[in-house]
Amino acid sequence: MENLEKKIIVNDLDFYYGDFQALENISLEVPVNKVTAFIGPSGCGKSTFLRTLNRMNDLIAGTKVDGEVLIDSENIYHECVDVVNLRKRIGMVFQDPNPFPKSIYENVAYGPKAHGIKDKDKLDQIVEKSLRQAALWDEVKDRLDKSAMGISGGQQQRLCIARALSVNPDVLLMDEPTSALDPIATAKIEDLIEDLKKEYTIVIVTHSMQQAARISDYTAFFLMGDLIEHSLTQNIFEKPENKKTEDYITGRFG
Amino acid sequence: MVRNHFEQQLEALNEDILKMGSIVEETIYKAILSLEKQDRKLAQEVIDNDDVLDEYEIKIDKESVRLTALQQPVAKDLRQIFMISKIATDLERMGDLAQNIARISKELSEDNLIKPLVDIPRMAQIVQGMVRESLDSFVNLDEVKAEEVGKQDDKVDDLDNQILRELLTYMIEDNSAIKQGNRLIFVSRYLERIGDHATNVCERVVYIATADRVSY
Repeated sequence: MENLEKKIIVNDLDFYYGDFQALENISLEVPVNKVTAFIGPSGCGKSTFLRTLNRMNDLIAGTKVDGEVLIDSENIYHECVDVVNLRKRIGMVFQDPNPFPKSIYENVAYGPKAHGIKDKDKLDQIVEKSLRQAALWDEVKDRLDKSAMGISGGQQQRLCIARALSVNPDVLLMDEPTSALDPIATAKIEDLIEDLKKEYTIVIVTHSMQQAARISDYTAFFLMGDLIEHSLTQNIFEKPENKKTEDYITGRFG
Repeated sequence: MVRNHFEQQLEALNEDILKMGSIVEETIYKAILSLEKQDRKLAQEVIDNDDVLDEYEIKIDKESVRLTALQQPVAKDLRQIFMISKIATDLERMGDLAQNIARISKELSEDNLIKPLVDIPRMAQIVQGMVRESLDSFVNLDEVKAEEVGKQDDKVDDLDNQILRELLTYMIEDNSAIKQGNRLIFVSRYLERIGDHATNVCERVVYIATADRVSY
């Protein structure tokens, strides 16, 4: 990891929901063009941590952050940072597919339009490129004007990925992106993640340890707000260094 | 413990290895006894018992594959299941080698021995001890003990050389001793090979316990 270029560097991050400290002194580096997976039991702070990486927690009242999150060496919690622009660079995909109740085309064109692109040809190009990157183009190219609510859950999730990609982010944060999908739709997303890491840095929270093992290059294990171990995925699943990690991944936790 | 069911199945697999190990130990013991006592019947019994170990090996392999497919073991569990399958192969090979010895016992059962057997039974005793102790280290995943046992292999190798030299002397002096000398050299070599497999078991125990590969 030492020799890799870092996209995200987190230093001594604490996070509070009111009085409750959800993350304690987290320091972690995310290498560029790699998939980093966060695993851990429910309530361990992994999703909270993911959301600190594009300041999604700002939207929750009573939260507080200490420490710093550097993306491309810039602290995203600095007062000068434009949060809308930040979230354009750091895209996000959620657990349940959440397309807008609009056409497939409009779902993907929405972001670029919001960021000021009006040229129809340019928008067409972005929509096609994003849908192709999300491995959805061939399935929807003949019904781009149809409602996004009419495609399958797996397709909707890939549409949400296309929507995130349409504003040309650097980083893609994924919060359990396949937990609502069947195994085939899951396999498509996992395959897609493998392709997307060539262009993007991907951070994924997953409840499925097998998924983390299959798709990630690095894995970080969280427990009760602490980062217990962060290493090459192969090391985590072959010979974890921390007993707590071993107990969790072998199912002997608790 | 959350995965009680898995835990029990893994434990059952461990027990199969131990049962197989005790059969192997007994097979080695009987094979050498049949040689010392020139007991043709006992030698035949060892030879006829081959199937039992083969069946254990197949059963253990099947169960290892099944657990891997259904339980997705990782880390130590995964190392343990992989190594159990390899240990089963080691044990099966040890059984084969003991049977080879029994075949020689049968062949030599009518002959007058050219000399009383001293070093071969001694070597057999060390090798049996290695088999037993390697399995003890497996039960307790005791890498320290595994290393101790693995290092005994040098003694076995030394005895093998000594036996070879001694029997060569007999054969040079008296060419009617060649057939028997030759067979006894094979017995020594089979025991040495059994020792190597016991050493393999020790190396696998270290790998399960520490995730490090060692070679004794």
